[in-house]
Amino acid sequence: MKIRIRRFDGSKSWWQDYEVEAKERDTVLDILLKIRERQDHTLAFRHSCQMGSCGSCGMVINGKPSLACQTRVLELKTELIRVEPLYNFPVLRDLVVDLTGFVGKHRAVKPWMIRRNPEELEDASSEFVVTPQQNMSFVQFDYCIMCGLCDAACPTMALDPLFLGPQALAQAYRYVADPRDEGLDDRLEVLDDAHGVWRCHFAGSCSYVCPKGVDPAKAIQFLKKDILKRRLFRSKKESSSPATLPKVEKVPDNAPHPPPFDYKFEEVSQA
Amino acid sequence: MEQLDFDVAIVGSGLAGLRTAIEIMRKDGGRGKVRVALISKIYLMRSHSVSAEGGTSAVLFPEEGDSFELYAWDTIKGSDFLADQDAVWRFVHLATQEIRLIERWGVPWNRREDGRIEQRWFGGLSFPRATYAQDKTGFFEMRALYDTLLKYEGWERFDENFVTSVVIENNQFKGFTTIDLRSGNMRFFRAKAGVIATGGAGQLYRITSTAASSTGDGYGIAYNAGLYLKDMEFVQFHPTGLVPKGLLITEAARGEGAYLVNRDGERFMKRYAPSKMELAPRDIVSRAIMTEINEGRGVRDEASGLDHVWLDMRHLGKEKIERKLPFIREIGLKYLGIDIVDQPLPVRPTVHYNMGGVHTDINGNVQSPSGPVRGLWAAGEAACVSVQGSNRLGSNGTNECLVYGYIVGNEVYNYISNERPEPQSASPSVLEAEERRIFSEVLGRESGGEDVYELRDELKDTMEKNVHVYRNEAGLAEAVKKIKELKQRYKNIRLSDRGRVFNYNLQHALELGFMLDEAEVIATGALLRKESRGAHARIDYPNRDDANWLKHTLAVKGPDGPQFSYIPVKITMWKPVARVY
Repeated sequence: MKIRIRRFDGSKSWWQDYEVEAKERDTVLDILLKIRERQDHTLAFRHSCQMGSCGSCGMVINGKPSLACQTRVLELKTELIRVEPLYNFPVLRDLVVDLTGFVGKHRAVKPWMIRRNPEELEDASSEFVVTPQQNMSFVQFDYCIMCGLCDAACPTMALDPLFLGPQALAQAYRYVADPRDEGLDDRLEVLDDAHGVWRCHFAGSCSYVCPKGVDPAKAIQFLKKDILKRRLFRSKKESSSPATLPKVEKVPDNAPHPPPFDYKFEEVSQA
Repeated sequence: MEQLDFDVAIVGSGLAGLRTAIEIMRKDGGRGKVRVALISKIYLMRSHSVSAEGGTSAVLFPEEGDSFELYAWDTIKGSDFLADQDAVWRFVHLATQEIRLIERWGVPWNRREDGRIEQRWFGGLSFPRATYAQDKTGFFEMRALYDTLLKYEGWERFDENFVTSVVIENNQFKGFTTIDLRSGNMRFFRAKAGVIATGGAGQLYRITSTAASSTGDGYGIAYNAGLYLKDMEFVQFHPTGLVPKGLLITEAARGEGAYLVNRDGERFMKRYAPSKMELAPRDIVSRAIMTEINEGRGVRDEASGLDHVWLDMRHLGKEKIERKLPFIREIGLKYLGIDIVDQPLPVRPTVHYNMGGVHTDINGNVQSPSGPVRGLWAAGEAACVSVQGSNRLGSNGTNECLVYGYIVGNEVYNYISNERPEPQSASPSVLEAEERRIFSEVLGRESGGEDVYELRDELKDTMEKNVHVYRNEAGLAEAVKKIKELKQRYKNIRLSDRGRVFNYNLQHALELGFMLDEAEVIATGALLRKESRGAHARIDYPNRDDANWLKHTLAVKGPDGPQFSYIPVKITMWKPVARVY
């Protein structure tokens, strides 16, 4: 089979064709590795986990932003496979793009747990109470592997470089939707902005390309709703509280191990 | 060489590196007194920790029968009594706080109906204490740590900086040298304290569950700096790697009730671990699968020619699979087109974890032949304390990263703030020599014709063939000989990419240099250890030999390969007994 790759060496860019033998289970990543290891050591691309968890190998395959490690060649059903670097990102070399702005936008939405009493975040004595149903209400948005496919697919990103983008906004919602978080007000300044949630026109292409089912488009619409409710109706969120643990008088002795011999351990420090 | 000054330089941005950085930031309390560089050869959040799936053990429910003592016993028995028991005792206590802290930072642990954290069974446990977030536990832990670190100022990220050496003079840490992949230029991270958190070396093998980044660079730099590597012959094979590549199918599948069956449809574990069955520790299950395959009861995968057994989850039902094992279902569907709801998965042992690593004391402080190295620590899979002994229990890897990130973060912070070490500087000749090694001897070499990827393939084939689950004298000797040959040929490698920007050809060549050293230490250590213990199974010495081999292996670089010595195991609670499950 033939694969056509968009290359860039820092000054000029060109298309380069490679002829490769593909096996039934091969992914596009397998093909790229074969090329780099057997034909052309200069081909630059990122990859790591090879199982769709690390987010390294995002690229545009036959026009669609995809993870190379999860795209099986035979499923593409084309004679020629066309591979390009992610759209909407500056290219550094071949398929390697600059993620500096991308990770900066993620950080800008304060993607961490915020509590009105910050000491609760440093207390290791128990967990917050969260029911399985509450857990399911936000966990989908925590699947984000930061591969950048959604931002590459987003038509608004192409027009407005200051737009926070589906990745960052979905991650803002991941925390806003978390019953343990109390930080919507702290995030309003960046989210409730012309380059924030309101710039999204709900094209939905982010959700179409997301390899992990995060559904950023849905997250952004929910975020709009939460922001409106807060702005218009001053609505307050009911957040989780830390669990109260039962007092344990004596550990039941059902241990299958032999009795330990006498040894004095130093005190174990706890945070 | 560009020089950058920091108080602390951490190489590696997986769970151990992130947790260390966070602990230093927490202790610093936003005062900005301790400046940290977080250095990674890939992008932060891409580290292999994201692939940890099944769970993280901790004692959370003493009222239901769990205890620190029980957890310590499970870990020590699982280690085949090679773990240091004082380190395990401390480790099991600190795991509890780590689970709850990262819960408060956002990890979406699966929950019980009462809103408390849910736990499940894992291999070798006497209580279901594997705390989990679906089957993406490591991923969610990474997310929470990465995001939490973002809220602090006072640290800087150096993505895509490949570490080439650790500089130590007079047993004092001076800094790390790296290549910035983006510019292709070298950097010297001059720091008062350093932390090696670079993970393991699963890429030494062909069939592996590890990411391409798992080349054990931390082992390589430590070994080349004259530090000890400890217990490297103990390489963990995870029993259930997906055929053909060895992608990880979590032990939690068996924790939730999956069966292992051979070609006759028999649950063969009844012959190897009648009481624990599929939930015996990993070394035992991996040996059982290889025995089934070797004795002709495996199944042949026609496309790859690999023999395997089946992992059957059909009886678990769709609802349970979706709630507790969604990623495994996704992997089966995406890579083999198999839905685990109605078909079993083809699995065989896959390289997963290095029990050994950079030799540290109980506080993570790195040890050299001239004593503790001032200012240098190691944490996580890169380090060997040893908490894991000769076989790590499933669900004990991620928490070693968390616990030792916490311990080392504290140690480093206290060292900087209490001992007030002076800024260090390295001899210019050392840095010049390193720059020459990289740019002239590797990147710029005009002569020679050896190819990086061909040598790497030969190394992987050798390890796969001779340093696998079962080992013997002849195979190991052959491996050592082959590795020495490859090391000679490595001196003649020639790169075809001569550019500076994102030169992966150069990175892979430098990684291969480390991998050859690691392989030599592993194979030679395995050849010398004439017993079977944990993950090290010698066909010619099938029994554990406590009289002669209840000791840790130390390897240090000599003029013609590794030199070995041994130190005792710290036995404080339990004397070794027969290990039956």
